[in-house]
Amino acid sequence: MTGTQITIDTHLLPILGQVSDPEIPVLSVLDLGVIREAIEKDGTVYVKLTPTYSGCPAMDVIGDDLKIAFAPLGKKVEVELVLAPAWSTDWISESGLQKMEAYGIARPLSESADKDVLLAGAKKVICPQCKSTDTHLVSQFGSTACKALFKCEACLEPFDYFKCLK
Amino acid sequence: MKSEHLYNYILGIADNSLILGQRLGELCGHGPSLETDIAGTNISLDLIGQTRSYYQYAAKISGENKTEDDIAFLRLERHYKNVLLVEQPNTHFGFVMGRQYLFDVFHLLLLKELQLSKDETLAAIAKKGIKEVSYHKRFSGDWVKRLGDGTPQSTAKMQEAIDDLWPYTQELFDMTDSDTAMALEGVGVDVSKLKKAYYKEVTDLFELATLEVPQSTYFSRGGKKGVHSEHMGYLLADLQYMQRTYPNMQW
Repeated sequence: MTGTQITIDTHLLPILGQVSDPEIPVLSVLDLGVIREAIEKDGTVYVKLTPTYSGCPAMDVIGDDLKIAFAPLGKKVEVELVLAPAWSTDWISESGLQKMEAYGIARPLSESADKDVLLAGAKKVICPQCKSTDTHLVSQFGSTACKALFKCEACLEPFDYFKCLK
Repeated sequence: MKSEHLYNYILGIADNSLILGQRLGELCGHGPSLETDIAGTNISLDLIGQTRSYYQYAAKISGENKTEDDIAFLRLERHYKNVLLVEQPNTHFGFVMGRQYLFDVFHLLLLKELQLSKDETLAAIAKKGIKEVSYHKRFSGDWVKRLGDGTPQSTAKMQEAIDDLWPYTQELFDMTDSDTAMALEGVGVDVSKLKKAYYKEVTDLFELATLEVPQSTYFSRGGKKGVHSEHMGYLLADLQYMQRTYPNMQW
C-alpha cells in the first residue's frame, strides 16, 4: 500500500471482506486494494472505489455487490469511482497474492521483470501449478484486462499471469 | 454550463475512443486467432472504459440532466467529433492493426500531455489511460512490424493498409476552436505540436517493418467538425440500435 491513505471504518471491515472480485472470487475487495475509503454516516456507507482498469466490468458488479452486502443491515451504499491516484498492483495485499497463486494465477512481478517477460520473452514468471520458471508468454492479453496468458513448459499447463501495473 | 468549450473538448477526445472501441468490438469472435481476438476486445474494453470516464465528466458539467448513455447513444452523426481514421471499417487484420497503431501513437502522445492538464479530472483519466494505451501500442506496433517484415503477401497487405490509412493521419493534429481555447487555459493539449514526434515515431517503425512511408500529399479531414465518411452512419446504426429501438432501456 504505497504512499496512499486508506480510510475505512473498522466496523465495516467484516462486511467488506465478504465482497469478492467477481472475476477472481478468492480475492475480496480489500485484498485487491480497490476500496480507498469506506465511511458510515447516518445509515449510509460512502465508498470510494478505484478501478483496476478503466473498462473493467467488475467495477459495476462490485458496486452492486456492496449494496447487496449491506442491505440486510439496513444500510444504504453510495459508491464513488475515484481515478487518482491510479490503482497499482502494489495495492494487492500479500494475503491476496497468496490466495491468487493458490487459485492458479501467477502473481505480478516487479515492474522491470514484468517488462522483460512481456517484451523480451524472459522466463521469470513462476508457474502457479508446478513452480517452474520455464514459462512463456502465449498472449499479451488474457481472459480479463488485468491478465496475460502464459504456458508452462515443465508441466505444460496454460495459466494466467496478473500483469504488473504501476 | 460550466464551459461549452470544455464540454466539446472532452467529447473531442472521448469520441475517438468510443468509435475505435466500437470498431474493435465488431471483431469480437471474428479475430484471426483466439489470442488476437481476445486482444482486440481487451483493447476495445479499455477504450470504452476511458470513454465512460470522459462522458461521465462531460455529463456532470453539462448542467443538463444528461447521463453518459445519452452522450454515447443519443447524438446525431454530425455531433460526433471523432477523427475519420478511427471510423474506417475493418477489412483485414493488417488493416485493423495499422489503424490501431496509427491511432495508438497519437493517443499516447496526447495522454502524456493531458496528464499535465490543470483540470484534475482530465489529468486523472489521462494518467490511468497512459498505462493502458502503452500496452495497446506495443501490441499494434509489434503486428505492424511482424506483418510488414513477414512474407511477401503480408508485406504487400500491410503496405496497402498504411497507404490507405495515411491520408487520415493529418487530421489528428488539426485544432478546433475548443482545442485552442482549452490549450490556452492549460486544460487542453495543443495537438498541432505533437505532429513532428508522431511522424518521427511512425516512420521509424515503418523502417523497421521494411515498409515504405506513403508519399501521398492528399489528406482527408472533417470528422473533428462532425463531417464524417460514409461508414459512420452504418457504425452508428449498430451502436445506437438498442437505445433507438427501446428508448431509455437499462441493462
